[in-house]
Amino acid sequence: MLSEEEKKEIDQELSHSPTRQAVVIEALKIIQRHRRWVSDDSLKDLAEYLEMSLDALDSVATFYSLIFRREVGEHVILICDSVSCWIMGYDTVLDHLKKKLGIDLGETTADGKFTLLTIPCLGVCERAPAMIIDRETYGDLTPERIDEIIDKLK
Amino acid sequence: MVTIYIDDKSYEVEKGQNLLQAVLSLGLNLPYFCWHPALGSVGACRQCAVIQYRDEDDKEGNLIMACMQPVQDGMRISIEAAAARKFRASIIEWLMVNHPHDCPVCDEGGECHLQDMTVMTGHNYRKFRFKKRTHRNQYLGPFINHEMNRCIACYRCVRFYRDYAGGKDLQDMASHDYVYFGRSEEGILQSEFSGNLVEVCPTGVFTDKTLKKHYTRKWDLQSAPSVCHHCSLGCNTLVGERYNKAVRILNRYNRRVNGYFMCDRGRFGYEFTNSNKRIRKPIFEGKVEDFDRDSAAAKTSELLKDRSKVIGIGSPRASLEANFALKSMVGEHNFYSGLSARENKLARKILSILRNGPARPASLHDVETADAVFVLGEDLTNTAPMLDLAVKQAIRNKPIDDIQQIHIDRWNDAAIREYLQDEKGPFYLATPSWTKLDEFAAKTYRAAPDDIARLGYAVAHALDESSPAVEGLPDEIKTMAEEIAGALKNARQPVLISGMSMRSEAVIEAAANVARALCRDDRKADIVYTLPECNSMGTAFLGGYDLEKAFEDVENGTADTVIILESDLYRHADKTQVDKFLEKCANLIVVDYLKNRTSEGASAILPAAAFAEGDGTLINNEGRVQRFFQALNPDPILQESWRWIRDIMIKLDDKKAEKWKALDDISDAVLNSLEGINPKIEIAPSANFRINEQKIPRAPMRYSGRTAMYADKSVHEPKPPDDPDSPLSFSMEGFAGPRPSSLISFFWAPGWNSVQSVARYQQEVAGELKGGDPGVRLIEPGDHAKPEYFKTIPDAFKPRQDEFYFVPLYHIFGSEELSNEAEAVSELVPDAYLALNKRSAEKTGVSSRDKVKVSIKDGQISLPVKIMNSLPDNIAGIPVGLPGMNYFELPAFGKIAK
Amino acid sequence: MEKPLTKNIDPERGPLDIRGYERAGGYAGFKKALREMSPQKVQEEVTDANLRGRGGAGFGTGMKWSFVPMGDEAPRTKYLIANADEMEPGTFKDRILMEGDPHLLIEGMIISSYAIQARAAYIFLRWAYKRSEELLRKAIAEAYEAGYLGKNILGSGYDLEMYIHVSAGRYMCGEETGLLNALEGKRATPRAKPPFPQTSGLWGKPSIVQNVETLCNVPGIIVNGADWYKKLSKTGDGGTKIYGVSGRVKRPGAWELPMGTTVREILEEHAGGMRDGYKFKGLLPGGASTDFLVEEHLDTPMDFGSIMKVGSRMGTGTMIILDDKTCPVAMLVNLEKFFAQESCGWCTPCRDGLPWTHKMLMAIENGEGRMEDLEQLELHCNFLGPGRTFCALAPGAVEPLQSALKYFRDDFEKHIKDKQCPWRK
Ligand SMILES: Cc1cc2nc3c(=O)[nH]c(=O)nc-3n(C[C@H](O)[C@H](O)[C@H](O)COP(=O)(O)O)c2cc1C
Ligand code: SF4
Ligand code: FES
Repeated sequence: MLSEEEKKEIDQELSHSPTRQAVVIEALKIIQRHRRWVSDDSLKDLAEYLEMSLDALDSVATFYSLIFRREVGEHVILICDSVSCWIMGYDTVLDHLKKKLGIDLGETTADGKFTLLTIPCLGVCERAPAMIIDRETYGDLTPERIDEIIDKLK
Repeated sequence: MVTIYIDDKSYEVEKGQNLLQAVLSLGLNLPYFCWHPALGSVGACRQCAVIQYRDEDDKEGNLIMACMQPVQDGMRISIEAAAARKFRASIIEWLMVNHPHDCPVCDEGGECHLQDMTVMTGHNYRKFRFKKRTHRNQYLGPFINHEMNRCIACYRCVRFYRDYAGGKDLQDMASHDYVYFGRSEEGILQSEFSGNLVEVCPTGVFTDKTLKKHYTRKWDLQSAPSVCHHCSLGCNTLVGERYNKAVRILNRYNRRVNGYFMCDRGRFGYEFTNSNKRIRKPIFEGKVEDFDRDSAAAKTSELLKDRSKVIGIGSPRASLEANFALKSMVGEHNFYSGLSARENKLARKILSILRNGPARPASLHDVETADAVFVLGEDLTNTAPMLDLAVKQAIRNKPIDDIQQIHIDRWNDAAIREYLQDEKGPFYLATPSWTKLDEFAAKTYRAAPDDIARLGYAVAHALDESSPAVEGLPDEIKTMAEEIAGALKNARQPVLISGMSMRSEAVIEAAANVARALCRDDRKADIVYTLPECNSMGTAFLGGYDLEKAFEDVENGTADTVIILESDLYRHADKTQVDKFLEKCANLIVVDYLKNRTSEGASAILPAAAFAEGDGTLINNEGRVQRFFQALNPDPILQESWRWIRDIMIKLDDKKAEKWKALDDISDAVLNSLEGINPKIEIAPSANFRINEQKIPRAPMRYSGRTAMYADKSVHEPKPPDDPDSPLSFSMEGFAGPRPSSLISFFWAPGWNSVQSVARYQQEVAGELKGGDPGVRLIEPGDHAKPEYFKTIPDAFKPRQDEFYFVPLYHIFGSEELSNEAEAVSELVPDAYLALNKRSAEKTGVSSRDKVKVSIKDGQISLPVKIMNSLPDNIAGIPVGLPGMNYFELPAFGKIAK
Repeated sequence: MEKPLTKNIDPERGPLDIRGYERAGGYAGFKKALREMSPQKVQEEVTDANLRGRGGAGFGTGMKWSFVPMGDEAPRTKYLIANADEMEPGTFKDRILMEGDPHLLIEGMIISSYAIQARAAYIFLRWAYKRSEELLRKAIAEAYEAGYLGKNILGSGYDLEMYIHVSAGRYMCGEETGLLNALEGKRATPRAKPPFPQTSGLWGKPSIVQNVETLCNVPGIIVNGADWYKKLSKTGDGGTKIYGVSGRVKRPGAWELPMGTTVREILEEHAGGMRDGYKFKGLLPGGASTDFLVEEHLDTPMDFGSIMKVGSRMGTGTMIILDDKTCPVAMLVNLEKFFAQESCGWCTPCRDGLPWTHKMLMAIENGEGRMEDLEQLELHCNFLGPGRTFCALAPGAVEPLQSALKYFRDDFEKHIKDKQCPWRK
């Protein structure tokens, strides 16, 4: 079941959208904001709420890289793996993150706190290497800075 | 016409098409994947690349996709240019990057468009040396097998399933080289047209699960042209045979009828021919006998020798020849059509309306090209499935016509869909309950059959004041009638669709009135009526008494011996009546291919050939006579019903029958007997037709099984069986060149082993077959000066205290007799139920799944309740024909008790 | 030197609110357009200014607008969309504009919408730009408050609604027709052209998609006129340009400079030259989907025509520097992985060709390459080029590859011959 709040937010989107289909991406993001990820069950509930087929919804959900169809941790670390960050030391930063969290890319820490994923260029190439956690961008990363950031979130 | 230059040769081609279409119509080879003649172009696969030159001096040229390029006068292109060839070979190489190359174990092998195109491009050796990406497959139900690793991402499946056929549960998932075509979760595909994926998919991702049960290479199938036996539309099919079994059905292109597609009932229903309910040996007094034909006929004739009170009951699912033979045997005055009084009346009414015109009976193709549709009383998806698909195309026509000003070519499929979004042309739908087409309709009307008829009458009156006016119509219905009338009037080609499924004469007449009112002032309108069975229209042509009269005859002793032809009377009349009738018959002789309740206590049962095992002629709902041919050679004791009747007649010394040596003889006799029909029409070439003195082969030249076929018994090649009934041979020998369209037993052309080769049989891509589309229309009404209107407007539906009005409901899988016995189809047949809306259920004090007792007239049955909120108050729905259901004469009032 | 795009930007102070923006001369162009100019006149001014699209392709903005059906016969609903997806690797200029001066974009959008008589305007914003989203939402609210958006703007009878759509990721969303599909809530696969968005765009209605920076140029053109605008530039392409530099330079960043400033000036004066210990080896002039330039090209003016002449594209004007301590093959592994992953999966060459190039490059980088791979890579460069694939993603993807094969061929061959990467210990 969608929560009242989720429904309210979706309705808000529907109110100014010319078509039902057009709110699909926003609605998926709303679900994700409330539940971290879009489970099969959430997707079914949403399909019902939007009166569209589950399959049509999943067709869209699985296309976009920032809609998580697998469970993720409390904080999703998205580390930029594109060219400028790569030149500026992505490998070192990634290694440090992996070691610090004890997980590999695509994994979630045992306590469910962190999931580590890559993301294409974050548009902060002048502060490469960079990552984004909970929609907060962090640039000029070094192992020390990473420790600082992660420790704060722990 | 415009002139284009292909590799420096000039060609005249039709304007308005794309270059790929033009090239294929010219008979040239150009590979493609994502394009499909019925689905249009999207330019995704990049396989159809050619070089276009600016002018004669341009030696470089530009690489373009032929499918996305409109033909233009003077355009110069090259298919052969090295750059184009190399690019096309690269496309195959890319498609092969993740393709498993599992041709030896793939069901598609030998009929695979990907194989064909690979050979055509000349790509041989793959340089890719890394790991392939793999996918998981899904269970998609009893019809379709899924093998995603073979996918080449041409997007045709979703474009057919979703965009063309309106399905929702097959989608493109994920992105980049992970794209996946399937469902969100595995499960049974919900579209009634899913089987077309088998032909639409250019490789072995979606294959026929029923064929897979009899694994065979495609080139080892013998096939014959046939006509679908599972509804009245008469889609053209190809029956594939292996080891004397029907193992699959493919669509047989006929532009005027089913075009490129067919429904799942038609494709998978054939499995009834392999059912264990088949009658495979003669049965006398319940005992299976090892007789040959002669002794079986002799023994049966004995039952008739001393009898004078013999009557024959024909069947709407039996061929014209079979019905005619029976009629000849028992005499016109002892012949019964096999239909109840109501059914007879409705079928004959439809025939007379079509014959009288002025509205033309529309073919499926005509419906597809219509630009306004009004349906009265039919749940098309379930009563005449291919009309559902045709209507889904028709509703796009008006908006597409309207956008021609912005110059988007009709074949530019994605562009048109993006421009139109959800815009639909006028389509109105009046039925008692929800149908799958509702979501496409501009308006729907939910009402009892009489009220549906009243809406029709009102629309007719709004179109022509001289047609009878409906009294006491609520304002909102009046407004709706005016809206519908307006939409139909503004259309260039409006079509009315109705039929027998509501079993209401008023609905049928109302539809005729609308069509007639439209045909005024030089306007034209088309009309379609659906009938229940594949030869219901043939039955209407042939005549015959009502079943009820047969019951009376036996009851009062004017008849005591009954011959029943391919029919289960329990599907046409009330159970107690039939029980009584059968009990009272002194002698019951049944000629049929499936056991049923009717034949249970018969004195004699003769094993008839089912459609795949025999030939015959049917008339479809449009009045098109079509021939179906035998695909396999069954055990010699099985023969066409007409032959059994003939043999018995001969034993009884009936001289007429001696002339019926082969199909042609009796076919001619049938045509001669039909009033108002030119007996000279040629339905298909006669049995002695030859090309270069050769027969036409049923097996392809690629057939490999000639000597190994019966290797368990002998390696000597057996002599192919004779076929006295058609110019088709049971072998690969024969004339390999172009054949008459009605004798196409498989589509094949050099380099084109898949069904895509159909283009080589057409006069132009998506056009008529060479030599004309098969089938002959019997009904072509001329222009009538002043159409007569029907005047019997029914009263508005009045509910009765403590009673319900029962209307029939239909299921594509479940309501039709033959396909119910098909293994795969039977998995999808629902259990019987009684449908009520929530309010009605509450009023009656019942809820979902409660068992209730339904009594309609004398008949009673106990059914679980199903809540169907689209039904109006006081109306209950009864599914027709489901296993375990009895027959009720509907619509009718009746009672529901807990 | 005039900096019409960034004059209000002060990272210390933060962006101006609507009052501050107006005090600094903002919304003057908007008022002038609505009060004094017809939509046609606005279009003409922009055409005369020779404003070329800053999203990468450099198509003439006025020209693009001229294909939108105008007048009474035209559909009543039309759309303007600001392309703020900015997912081109190495590109960060639009973010600077949106974070620095959100009202400038909004003003540009209102004027442009007015010019084509759009009913609604959308900002298609990438998800990572949270700060931009917050600032733009605030700025839009202020503009509504001031009566610059909504019904009957400034009593002109012109109505305009403005919305933000935050993307759910995918580079293809930046391609203008993929963007339209994404806005419609569909998969961001591209659409066939023709018909162009100008006639059949968002929901099938005439639509214009324009890069953020392009739109930010419009207010200045309207206030000061086409001639002023052309004079800002050092070359034929009008105006100023936000140039950016990332990689191992002393001061990575972005600067508004006259269009046509040379590569060398940007690199050496503004970015401060290479970091100590690193030497310049090559650069991608405008994002990941442009061809490499090398030493000999450093004096080329950065404008659309000049960069084209030396075999690359100005693209987004934000350059990525390859230094001598970075392996060019490894850099290409990174680039092609990005493109392969971001392919939408619609057309064959891109969907199946790019992953193959990535795999070959990886093999070469890991010392498992073969000489034939180079041929095969070249074939891909050719067959994934313009017109061969459905949209411009794949042609962009092979630009760095084809030029790397030209300029750094020795490095590729050395990898293959030595069976290892010379840059790895
Ligand atoms: C794969 C791909 C991604 C693109 N991404 C962007 C983008 O993020 N931002 C942008 O403005 N243009 C992008 N473009 C260019 C747009 O398609 C379009 O040309 C541009 O938004 C037009 O704006 P302009 O004329 O103002 O440059 C992209 C193009 C392609 C092929
Ligand atoms: S080039 Fe083809 S597959 Fe690649 S992004 Fe464009 S359309 Fe999609
Ligand atoms: S058939 Fe032309 S691109 Fe697919």
